[in-house]
Amino acid sequence: MQPLFQNAGATTLRFLLLAALSIALMVADHRDQYVEAVRSALFAAIAPLQYAADLPVRGGEWVADQVTTHQALQQRVTELERENLRLSARQQQFETLRAENDRLRNLLDAASKRDERVLVAELLAVDLDPFRQQAIVNQGSRAGVYAGQPVIDADGVMGQVVHAGPFTATVLLISDPDHALPVQLNRTGLRTVASGLGEADRISLLYIPNSADVEEGDLVVTSGLGGRFPANYPVARVAAFNPRPGEAFAEVIAQPLANLDRSREVLLVWPDEDEEAARRALGDEAGIELEGAPTTDVPGAAPDASPGTTAPAPAEDPATAIPDDEAPPAAEEFEP
Amino acid sequence: MSRWLLPPLTLLAGLLLVMLPLPSAAEPFRPDWVAMVALYWAFALPQRFGLVLAWMAGLLLDVSQGTLMGQHALGLALITAIALHMHQRVRLAPIVQQALFVMSLLLIKQALVLWISGMIARAPEDLWLYFASPLVAVIFWPLVFVILRDLRRRYNVS
Repeated sequence: MQPLFQNAGATTLRFLLLAALSIALMVADHRDQYVEAVRSALFAAIAPLQYAADLPVRGGEWVADQVTTHQALQQRVTELERENLRLSARQQQFETLRAENDRLRNLLDAASKRDERVLVAELLAVDLDPFRQQAIVNQGSRAGVYAGQPVIDADGVMGQVVHAGPFTATVLLISDPDHALPVQLNRTGLRTVASGLGEADRISLLYIPNSADVEEGDLVVTSGLGGRFPANYPVARVAAFNPRPGEAFAEVIAQPLANLDRSREVLLVWPDEDEEAARRALGDEAGIELEGAPTTDVPGAAPDASPGTTAPAPAEDPATAIPDDEAPPAAEEFEP
Repeated sequence: MSRWLLPPLTLLAGLLLVMLPLPSAAEPFRPDWVAMVALYWAFALPQRFGLVLAWMAGLLLDVSQGTLMGQHALGLALITAIALHMHQRVRLAPIVQQALFVMSLLLIKQALVLWISGMIARAPEDLWLYFASPLVAVIFWPLVFVILRDLRRRYNVS
């Protein structure tokens, strides 16, 4: 026999306990990384569902592959072979240039850059919060994926990993309003921050003065400041430069080069190990600021706001300091 | 066996429906399947279906949606608690009234989730679009109700 009336007080009490637990979880999740282990475990629990949700799309692709005609396949193979030949030819040139670059860097006593390790991953066709720009990739911490890792596709930077589960990981795209990426204009070297607008085909470049030399079509590349993204990856092209008289900065809109809403295959990048080690060393000195970045409000920009703590910045400080006070004493020392 | 498994399994099915890819224009209109399933069980089995299960489903929803952990969990626990308190009145109501009641609960949840998003400065631009999904849920409530009722009778869960 079931009781006719439930004990309403017990329900209320249980709700209050759960509410308190939720609030504690939210605060912990928002403030720092304490609950990342919990999230990772839950990620593992829902990974089968994520793969299941991806199945219809994958099945559709498989069917499409199966019904492709022999001729179409042959044509595609021919195209790919040509593409491969073109890329190999360019690779040869690249190898020569790299050897030359290494030699020159040795002459200058500068550390030569190593290759970046990359891993091909696929985006799972899984829907997330429709009001944010995120994606799920089919690789996780089992493959070495970590929170804060850069993600690129064939054409440009896509975003960064924000949560890594064992089998899958969440990627925050550069078009999310929460994402900020330290970039520079390739033509002029003007450094700025690229921030998302919540739409896949537009991002905004912040803090550009009205008088700056910006033209439509300018290539925007990562600057490497902030230490999270390797430098010189293409990000976007400037689509509109609208000076706003009376305000401090102009409105600059750029179009991302990566196919944020169409790419299926992406590359996970492990940035140069030297840089990584340097960043870790600096991160230890600067406290947890760098490591705590992924869940803060502006992931890429948090380290950028204080360029003195990032790896590439120290190289620039002497250059700007020379015309000031530092140069004369140094010159005097060297003269005798 | 299945007496205990049916509510969690249907909640997981709801979670899968939430994750299924839709065209991006249709995404904001997707009804909150997990919340609808949780509400059905709260009405149908108030003695057995607990808040803790609803809360855990909400937590999984948070992880799958990439929202703050606890955001949907809190909303789901809140509307399940309200539903548990009011189940005797709602159970006897005609299905149209039930659907409207479900809609108002979903609107409460949506408002709570939005409020928390706003607090951490992640509120979306289209605030009104945020409330579209509970309105769509009204259309789907009879369907959810009938499917889950048939499942419940078939597996004799009571």
